[in-house]
Amino acid sequence: MNWVIKMFSSSLGQKFIMALTGLFLCSFLIVHMIGNLQLFKADDGLAFNKYAVFMTTNPLIKVTSYLLYFSILFHAFKGIMLVIKNNKARPVKYAVQNGAANSHWTSRSMGLLGTIILVFIVVHMKNFWFEYKFGHEIGYTSYYTNLATGVTGSKEMSAEYTQFNKIEEGMTADENGQYRLVIVKDLYKAVASQFKEWYLVALYVLCMFAVAFHLYHGFKSAFQSLGLNHSKYNGLINFIGIWVFSILIPAGFAAMPLFFFFK
Amino acid sequence: MTSKLDSKIPEGNLEQKWTKYRSTVPLVNPANKRSLEIIIVGSGLAGASAAASLAELGYKVKVFCFQDSARRAHSIAAQGGINAAKNYQNDGDSTYRLFYDTIKGGDYRAREANVYRLAEVSANIIDQSVASGVPFAREYGGLLSNRSFGGTQVQRTFYAAGQTGQQLLLGAYSGLQRQVGTGNVKMYARHEMLEVVTIDGKCRGIIARDLTTGKLERHFGHAVLLCSGGYGNVFFLSTNAMGSNVTAAWKAHKKGAMFANPCFTQIHPTCIPVSGDHQSKLTLMSESLRNDGRIWVPAKLEDAQALREGRIKPNDIKEEDRDYYLERRYPAFGNLVPRDVASRAAKERCDAGYGVNKTGEAVFLDFAANTIRYGKIEANKKGMHNPTEEQIVSMGKAVVKEKYGNLFDMYQQITGVNPYEQPMMIYPAVHYTMGGLWVDYNLMTNIPGLYALGEANFSDHGANRLGASALMQGLADGYFVIPYTIGAYLSKEIMTKPISTDHEAFVEAEKNVQQTIDRLLSIKGSKTVDYYHKKLGLIIWNQCGMARNEAGLKQAIKDVQALREEFWNNVKVPGDANGLNQELEKAGRVADFLELGELMCKDALERNESCGGHFREEYQTEEGEALRDDENYKYVAAWEYFAGNTWELHKEELIYENIKIAQRSYK
Amino acid sequence: MEKNLNLNLKVWRQKNANDKGKFEEYKVNNISTDMSFLEMFDVLNDKLVTEDKEPIAFDHDCREGICGSCSMFINGQPHGPKQGVTTCQLHMRSFNDGDTIVVEPWRATAFPVIKDLVVDRSAFDRIISAGGFISVNTGNAQDANAIPIPKENADEAFAAAACIGCGACVAACKNASAMLFVSAKVSQFALLPQGQPERHQRVTEMVAQMDLEGFGACTNTGACSAECPKGISLTHIARMNRDFLSAGLASNDK
Repeated sequence: MNWVIKMFSSSLGQKFIMALTGLFLCSFLIVHMIGNLQLFKADDGLAFNKYAVFMTTNPLIKVTSYLLYFSILFHAFKGIMLVIKNNKARPVKYAVQNGAANSHWTSRSMGLLGTIILVFIVVHMKNFWFEYKFGHEIGYTSYYTNLATGVTGSKEMSAEYTQFNKIEEGMTADENGQYRLVIVKDLYKAVASQFKEWYLVALYVLCMFAVAFHLYHGFKSAFQSLGLNHSKYNGLINFIGIWVFSILIPAGFAAMPLFFFFK
Repeated sequence: MTSKLDSKIPEGNLEQKWTKYRSTVPLVNPANKRSLEIIIVGSGLAGASAAASLAELGYKVKVFCFQDSARRAHSIAAQGGINAAKNYQNDGDSTYRLFYDTIKGGDYRAREANVYRLAEVSANIIDQSVASGVPFAREYGGLLSNRSFGGTQVQRTFYAAGQTGQQLLLGAYSGLQRQVGTGNVKMYARHEMLEVVTIDGKCRGIIARDLTTGKLERHFGHAVLLCSGGYGNVFFLSTNAMGSNVTAAWKAHKKGAMFANPCFTQIHPTCIPVSGDHQSKLTLMSESLRNDGRIWVPAKLEDAQALREGRIKPNDIKEEDRDYYLERRYPAFGNLVPRDVASRAAKERCDAGYGVNKTGEAVFLDFAANTIRYGKIEANKKGMHNPTEEQIVSMGKAVVKEKYGNLFDMYQQITGVNPYEQPMMIYPAVHYTMGGLWVDYNLMTNIPGLYALGEANFSDHGANRLGASALMQGLADGYFVIPYTIGAYLSKEIMTKPISTDHEAFVEAEKNVQQTIDRLLSIKGSKTVDYYHKKLGLIIWNQCGMARNEAGLKQAIKDVQALREEFWNNVKVPGDANGLNQELEKAGRVADFLELGELMCKDALERNESCGGHFREEYQTEEGEALRDDENYKYVAAWEYFAGNTWELHKEELIYENIKIAQRSYK
Repeated sequence: MEKNLNLNLKVWRQKNANDKGKFEEYKVNNISTDMSFLEMFDVLNDKLVTEDKEPIAFDHDCREGICGSCSMFINGQPHGPKQGVTTCQLHMRSFNDGDTIVVEPWRATAFPVIKDLVVDRSAFDRIISAGGFISVNTGNAQDANAIPIPKENADEAFAAAACIGCGACVAACKNASAMLFVSAKVSQFALLPQGQPERHQRVTEMVAQMDLEGFGACTNTGACSAECPKGISLTHIARMNRDFLSAGLASNDK
């Protein structure tokens, strides 16, 4: 294992770590985006809430999620370490430095952008992930779908309603027919209510700019760090980096708080 | 012939001399090599290749260079290429032909045996360089490409774009650094050699100054190799690097090593003309440009006048009003005549009033004709049957760009003129010095244990060096000659234990150096070092440059003496010697140039003939070509120094057994 | 056309490695636009010497853009505002009358200042000593045409080998990283058949030495390549990364 430590402790090896964790986080963004698109579904949040349960209970996803937390922390930690190391490489700064003449500002601001994103992740996880998993603020909602008509209605459960599982599924009936009943922890409502706060919406939108700029450089840079630079494929990598990771995904994420704010 | 000069040329016929000698020269066994120390001054092609090769053999090597890294030696700036008798082009090249071209190009003033050896090992240099990763230009089939250079009719020049010297030097440098890594070589960068130490007539070490701390250091060596380059900077304006200097060779000369043929300097025909008084150095445009460029001046004086005044542009002059004077005078070689011939022809036209820039000292190097030729070839390749003129020109420009792009860019950068649109302006400039320390066949000076390699010695180029031969000689000396020939001396030194640097000879030598430094710093006069250097340069350029005559040389000697006198009384060297002091470094070098300049003029005055780069106006044919005097001057002029700047001439007669001496003709 | 400029200079002055150093201001007048930047410094130094002041120390030698000695950080850019040239080839026509020009030395832990604008770049030599060579002793070579090398590879190896070792890449990089310099040498040999036997060892050793010297890591900003006077491409860095990775994976180290 000596060679692994040797390799990954070198300046190039650390960049491999940044690239690999970074690309993994990019792939997560796609999954997260697709899942969260269910917020836009006009079903009072049933699909989204079921998705939330799935994401927190499926064993495979659970394992992956630990890898994800680890990646975030490691990416951030290594990033900070590199910033410190890089600062040490030039203790006396230039009096005048015209970086704009030779490089894009995003590439020179990865540490700053990354820090903003890290703060964002903390806030974001506190608001939703922590509350959902460990908090007591989020209540339950029951969804009942009429099997004959397919119409779904929902009803907030009383605050006293708590149970071990985040979801209970079953059947029930009344005079109008049979219903599929789903009682689920209502993350959707938490989202909807939080995004009525203008400052939170503003924070989210601003942070998505940070994500956009971070990935504008970060995505293609990861390939360069891994040695994948070839004139034949660079166009595609740049295209994906710009269109998917620095436009579509951040815009999609920014649309969510805005959607609820203006809803 | 004086007994002091024994060239030690081996017996036997020319083709066998080197092979035989190499197999019989005494060897030093590996265990003994480890206890023999060799000092190398200079890290250019000769120094770096010698250091790497000797360290590989097991010698303990110390390398000194004044630059901040071995890689910066001025060999790096050589552009065009390196000759080798490989005959890859199947155009009839051979060792003999390279040998013959070099002797003839040198106007029959070089040693046959040395030059033949050079031609013999030339092929090994290419092999060695390729093996060490030098990326020479290649053809599509993956094999090496060649181009032609002045003074030859075969294509034997290997090249790497316009950066051949750089690539070869970096190849040798990487070999050197490899040995630094293993500890076999100790590198002393930012160190300047300021004295040779001799004990009982043998060279035993050097005094060097650490340029960063200012401290003087004593270093012992069983042998000392001076690979310190040429002395072209005596002219102030030259294509040499700013730091290139004669100091190492000159200190050796003053310790008794003879200086040979100092007046043989090469003026390169294709350099960017001087633009003003501020000029600090001149930039070469590679000779390879003469492959595709045609040199001309206006045929009419009034057109030249109009050009100088900026009333017309070069392209306004009609084809029939242009004088392609090299093609006119030398139909067989045309624009590819040797450098001395091309330079003098340019001077002749400019002196006659046909110069084309505002100073009247420039001629055109024009790519228009070949741009069109290349354009047509491209059109053919692409199957275009009726290309427009515009298409032809643009395709042609693309070809020219690929071949010479970096040179064209450099020209535009310096002059602000686009050479794709207008012809380049060029003028001759000092480029190389054929003269140098006298050495025997082993490359040893007349001081036992002191060697001179590369441009620092005099041995291979006679009175004029052919293009692409400097790189060849530097690497031949370092890679393939000295590793063998040094055995002849060191095999007798295996019992010599390292001599303590507390020896009185070291103490004395260091004291002398210290005194010179103190003296320079104590003058505190009113004129800068550059002031004297520029003045010296002008004297030498005007009187001992492209054309010389008796009266001018006599005057120059007086002028240099007077200038030297003034320098030592009125130079201003600021600061102290306890740290980096670049003015002090310059002052020491200029002080040496001020002595060398006199010797150059003396040598030129003594040589009553014209040959190669040495053109005495009194000795020319009716057509204005150099007129040699083989009867009286077929010798190497080796000068011995005596205190107070006096010299005694020793002659080494040149013997031509294999070549019939003829008047050099390129017509 | 030639013009004359009057300029204000702010130049870093530092007596030696231990001195703190500071900026000094100078005025130079009647500077021809045909002068090179270093010739302008010659004029200034001449003036300083005449005025009994210490001239400014700066590294320079060939003055034709190939030795790599000159190293001035001019108005926030290594080798000044023009790309693809060294300081010695930067001409005054790139400036305007009345300009203020700030000149600093290369700044990096691995390039300590020796005096004024002169820095110690011997770290580069040590990196080459660590592996920037092909181990072939003199006399071992076979015929130069014995191994054909595709022109494309030879040309690309040359493009990498064109590096002049000036250190502008380090100076330009916000991290003072030497990746471009190191990769140029790694890449040159990686592209040639002669470089294959030591390919993995070379990249491993050179990178280790680079780290030891205190250069920063790479953020792929591309500033190095943009400011490189020889236009060395970032693809060489990618090739080095690739080689380093495969060297690590394929090594016999346990």
